[in-house]
Amino acid sequence: MDRTKIDLWVGVFVALGVVALLGLAMKVGNLTSGKIGETYSVTAAFENVGSLKPHAPVKSAGVAVGRVDSIAFNSKTYEAVVTIKIDKRYSFPKDTFANIYTAGLLGEQYVGLEAGGDEEALKNGDKIAKTQDAVVLEKMISQFLFSKASETDKDVKSSSQNTSEVKPAETKSTELGDAPF
Amino acid sequence: MTKSNPLVSIIKTLQGIGHRMVERIWRLGAGARLFFLTIVYSGESFKRFHLTMREIYSTGVMSLLIIIVSAFFVGMVLALQGYNTLQKYGSSEAIGVLVSLSLVRELGPVVTALLFAGRAGTAITAEIGLMKTTEQLSAMEMMAVNPIARVVAPRFWAGVISMPILATLFSMVGILGGYIVAVPLIGVDEGAFWSQMQANVDFQSDIVNGIIKSLVFGVACTMIALFEGFDAPPTAEGVSRATTRTVVISSLTVLGFDFVLTSFMMVI
Repeated sequence: MDRTKIDLWVGVFVALGVVALLGLAMKVGNLTSGKIGETYSVTAAFENVGSLKPHAPVKSAGVAVGRVDSIAFNSKTYEAVVTIKIDKRYSFPKDTFANIYTAGLLGEQYVGLEAGGDEEALKNGDKIAKTQDAVVLEKMISQFLFSKASETDKDVKSSSQNTSEVKPAETKSTELGDAPF
Repeated sequence: MTKSNPLVSIIKTLQGIGHRMVERIWRLGAGARLFFLTIVYSGESFKRFHLTMREIYSTGVMSLLIIIVSAFFVGMVLALQGYNTLQKYGSSEAIGVLVSLSLVRELGPVVTALLFAGRAGTAITAEIGLMKTTEQLSAMEMMAVNPIARVVAPRFWAGVISMPILATLFSMVGILGGYIVAVPLIGVDEGAFWSQMQANVDFQSDIVNGIIKSLVFGVACTMIALFEGFDAPPTAEGVSRATTRTVVISSLTVLGFDFVLTSFMMVI
């Protein structure tokens, strides 16, 4: 094996390695999508962020406009303080509404921005005042069950003369128990 | 001589344990010394880089085939098995995430290191062991050529350079194998496959950490192979035993280091 042949093969080997690394970075990792140019950061306080994580996307009208930078806990107000970085190209009014949504039923959570009507725009370091917490599935189910239970209660009271009419209400509650949550 | 004193047999057993313990520690120390000397004398393997180049050819390039073929099959099996479980929960699109994360974080570095120990580590041990048996190393010393600088260091650096490249290739080829099973064969949506993968694989904490792992495995595997070869008794049997030990110790070291590194990376 002469030296030029070895050099060639080692060159091919290293080039393959570089291609694989680039492939991992671009196609598999989020290096490209994680890159936003100039940004400004604003904070928003939520009572519950659910399973929101740093690097989660920030979307407005479905378009990614930024990324969650950090999530901290404020021990004075007992709230979660989410710092988000928004692309400099997009400006939002001061009274923008920040929500935490879930992509799909079990997908990852992201921050959704809904523009308000204020003339002034959000600046670096501003705080978004109007926020809505993440939906906690257990809370929602328990509220739903609670309201359902009080409804059936009313049904029973309004039709207390006839016992046979109570039956549909009962079947309803069993249906609820079988619901695929 | 009359009858075996129980006290004597206890002392004999303790002596045996102590002897083996001292032997192990001595070998560890000798290995560390060889590692240190390799670092000290590695100037030549960069000044005369074609020495290292030749070793990269025999450890890295020659391992390409086994790495690529096994990566392809590992990726395909991961996709098949993952699909089996994921479809029960109606989230078969997450198969891309499953395949890529398990390859990039764990299987890529670890399986590459195990294959490397079997394919290249044994070759290094046998080569150096035979050099010692045929007194080539002593001959070098007679000619005032430092065998560590001339023989050990280039092989060490070749292993350290080759391992991350092989591991990255393993991950990438494995993901391609998983893609081939998941998208054309099973029929998972292609867009969901890649986009979920991109949303969940982080460059810093997944890909770079995997490469750091493979770098550590590269140092460990190559150093073990070199030391076993350098330390082999100069007989045919000694060399064969040293080769076996290289595979066993490298595999155990890789798996142990993998746990330690993973737990450290979890904290950060």
